Amino acid sequence: MNWLETLTLHSPALIVAIPLMGAFLTPIISKINDKVRNVFAISVIALTGFFVLLLAQNVFANGPTTYIFGDKNLTLPVVRILFEVDSISIFMAIISVTLAFVALIYSWTFVKENDGLDKYYTLILLLVASMLGMELTGDVFNFFVFLEISCITSCALIAFYIHKGESLEAAFKYIVISSIGALFILFAIGLFYAQYDALNMATIANAIQFGFLDKIALVLLISALAMKAGLAPMHMWLLDSYGEAPASITFILVGATQASLYGALRICFTIYGNAFANIMPSVSSATIEWFIIALAIVTILIGVIMALIQTDFKRLIAYVAVAEIGYIFLGIGVGLTSLGVGYGNIALNGGVFHIFNDALDIGLLFLVAGAVYYATKETSLDKMGGLARNMKYTAVFFIIGLLAVSGMPPFNGFASKLLIYESTYQLNPILAIIAILASILLLAVFVKVFYSVFMGVELPKFKDVKEVPRSMLVAMGIIVTIIIIFGLFPNLVINNIVQPAADALVNHSIYISKVLPGGI
Amino acid sequence: MITFESLLETLKTGSGFWNPIIWIIVIAVAFLLVYVIRSLGKKEYKEKTGQTQSFLSGNPEYEKEDMHVKGSNVYWGFTEALKSVYGVLRKIHTGNASDYVLWFVVVMGILLIIVGVI
Repeated sequence: MNWLETLTLHSPALIVAIPLMGAFLTPIISKINDKVRNVFAISVIALTGFFVLLLAQNVFANGPTTYIFGDKNLTLPVVRILFEVDSISIFMAIISVTLAFVALIYSWTFVKENDGLDKYYTLILLLVASMLGMELTGDVFNFFVFLEISCITSCALIAFYIHKGESLEAAFKYIVISSIGALFILFAIGLFYAQYDALNMATIANAIQFGFLDKIALVLLISALAMKAGLAPMHMWLLDSYGEAPASITFILVGATQASLYGALRICFTIYGNAFANIMPSVSSATIEWFIIALAIVTILIGVIMALIQTDFKRLIAYVAVAEIGYIFLGIGVGLTSLGVGYGNIALNGGVFHIFNDALDIGLLFLVAGAVYYATKETSLDKMGGLARNMKYTAVFFIIGLLAVSGMPPFNGFASKLLIYESTYQLNPILAIIAILASILLLAVFVKVFYSVFMGVELPKFKDVKEVPRSMLVAMGIIVTIIIIFGLFPNLVINNIVQPAADALVNHSIYISKVLPGGI
Repeated sequence: MITFESLLETLKTGSGFWNPIIWIIVIAVAFLLVYVIRSLGKKEYKEKTGQTQSFLSGNPEYEKEDMHVKGSNVYWGFTEALKSVYGVLRKIHTGNASDYVLWFVVVMGILLIIVGVI
């Protein structure tokens, strides 16, 4: 075995261990000086990214891989931790590590003037470790532990502007909601353990009978993870958190939210995949699927309609982020109703592709909002105007972000939304029409924002406003480049990473048989 | 390995297709046409003369801050027409953490009924 194969073999552990170790070293490195600390944090994430790509290459080429912490020959899987990485796990890990890398570049100057930056970088690295842990683990209790780390670190980062009452309030609401959600998840895990004597996802998926306790566990897990993912009407915490956290943190929080969404997918498709397909009465499974679609439509409508009346820049984008979550759930819901049918698979591809596109597009808009705040110290749309004269690059980035998020060709949002629209139309034309109209309304929302922030007369108070520093422009530029590449070559992305990720969700038996040869 | 052909592939959506490269070529041709038509226009425009000043039907020009149409003024008619919808939605978004938990419990309750626990 050469050194590259050895690194690939241990990459599941290293992907979590490197940011974790980096987090603990950051306070010490901070003692040297700020620049060294910033370079260190970026290097840690870059190294993690390298291992993610190494593992991705292996998983896409050879299928799921497992990594066992503990005795490999132990026959009881309950007392050891197992990471199982398939295409959907690594797809999510690529998103998380991309967001973290860009956020750290952006943070270089964005938070420069603030105090407590050693804690800021430590918490970011811990948050990244927890997100990656949630995405790579094959153990439900381990998932819960990483979820808890993610909740605590996110809460502290949301309260970064500690002098602002609103930030503290948002952080408080976040920890209340997260703790309650996490407790229900822990209760569901207890139900699994009591019944099957197992915490391993594949083992539970193989043994699940969909009895009374399994039904309760399903409801607890789905509702808690859907709340953490921001599905309406449980989306309200997201508006506070996204709106009040610093833009760089909101950018990573989009990834943390999607890690919870990944958890919901893993529960539905892998743990309960067999129950949905073979055990559950078709009436019950159809009702759940239609309930998800209904919530997705409600989420889209609430997000878009409420965004139209917002006057706070970041809160408006937070509402749009809610609507985008709705589009993801719509694709997944339509996919669930019609698995195996042509348009069902296309819907699932669209939903999975939109997870990445949502992170990029919404993330870019948050970065632009942060740039505007950095330059003007203003978040109210009513108090801004004419900024395109002095912030040309930021204005161009915003145009690209707004077109992408509104699903305008040729940007990435169009490709994924097209897949969702066309497949939804095959299921029910009215749902597709609502989704398209909401997307048009989304464009109208951003025309308003673009006009009130960047166009109009040059306001005297913003005469001396300058373009944001280079590190922030570079961070936004990276995201814009990815958006354009994804938009121009959608097939390349779908064939290489989206389709394998969607297939991994559908073919749950491959995931199970990797741990339990001969299972299912 | 990414080949040149794979970059130009058309995205099949089951009932339709999408190729951004073709779309960009069409848009580029459209821009070219617009440019040609524009170049046929008059060239008497003079910068920094009365031609560039605002004309407000003979009324004096207000201060720049007063003339700016603010974000909340845009789509006033739309929001006014949907007043009742916004009334309901605003009422739901209380900003109260206990209400957030209440919605979670409501969704959980509905799901429990759907799967047949209750």
